[in-house]
Amino acid sequence: MNKKNSRLFVVRFALMVIGLFTSFFCFAQQNEVEMADTMRSNGKIYIVVAVCLTILVGLFLYVMSVDRKLRRLEKERG
Amino acid sequence: MNKSWWKILAFILLVYTIAAGFLMDVPRLPILNETIRNLYFHVCMWFGMMILFIISFVYSIKYLNSTNYRHDIFAKNFAAMGTMFGILGYLTGVLWVSVTWITDQNQSLGTVLKEPKLIGAAIAVLIYGAYFVLRGSFTDMDKRARVSAVYNIFAFAMLFPSIWIIPRMVGSLHPGAPGSDSGNPALDRNDMDAGMRAIFYPAVIGWTLLGVWITTLKIRIELLKDKAML
Repeated sequence: MNKKNSRLFVVRFALMVIGLFTSFFCFAQQNEVEMADTMRSNGKIYIVVAVCLTILVGLFLYVMSVDRKLRRLEKERG
Repeated sequence: MNKSWWKILAFILLVYTIAAGFLMDVPRLPILNETIRNLYFHVCMWFGMMILFIISFVYSIKYLNSTNYRHDIFAKNFAAMGTMFGILGYLTGVLWVSVTWITDQNQSLGTVLKEPKLIGAAIAVLIYGAYFVLRGSFTDMDKRARVSAVYNIFAFAMLFPSIWIIPRMVGSLHPGAPGSDSGNPALDRNDMDAGMRAIFYPAVIGWTLLGVWITTLKIRIELLKDKAML
């Protein structure tokens, strides 16, 4: 009788633990929003940043050259 | 003069925007996913547009006060750069819409684009487009400057109902409207965490300074041309 009771307790305890973990599992799934994590982990995101920075630097160099040319013209024409 | 501190600041801020904007952590939100990073680019275009239009508006009032032709050149070029930012903001907005607002499989982009926010933004940009048509239709310089200064004040006043008020009164999918899931992405503290703010505000300043820089170049070209003409 006692043995049966204790076995029942173990089963109930196990069920409770499984229940707890499933609820954790569900919670984790709900919170998980798909992001570009692989892109970040393998470092390819740095290539994207490098490409954008190259374009930005090129753009600024161009605007700077126009600025310099204008300054020269302004000096020439007084 | 050419090596002004604010030009360097614009460069530093934009480098920071791109580097931190792509690399730093952002809130994990459904539907938006990684596109939340568009905030550093798309929303900045509208902020920049607003600031440039405010500057243009101020110069139009200054022109009417002083009838100084320089003020007219300033007002025109700031409005032109602001319109450019508006067009870029609109186009980036359409791209962003195409992945976030279409939630249903049968929805086409066309159905989603019938939006108060998008229509309002298009109206606002078109009103500024009419400003340049108006300018071009005058041959007399004084008349052109005076009439277009008055029109510019009207165009600025029309910005507020068309892009800020009406889309917030009627339902819109754009954040900030009733019926959308979230509040204003730029100012609502529920949508943007402190980390995003630390990139977003410098980004606004950086893009705006770049716009101001390009505008000053155009103004200087026009002033030089006028000097040659006079």
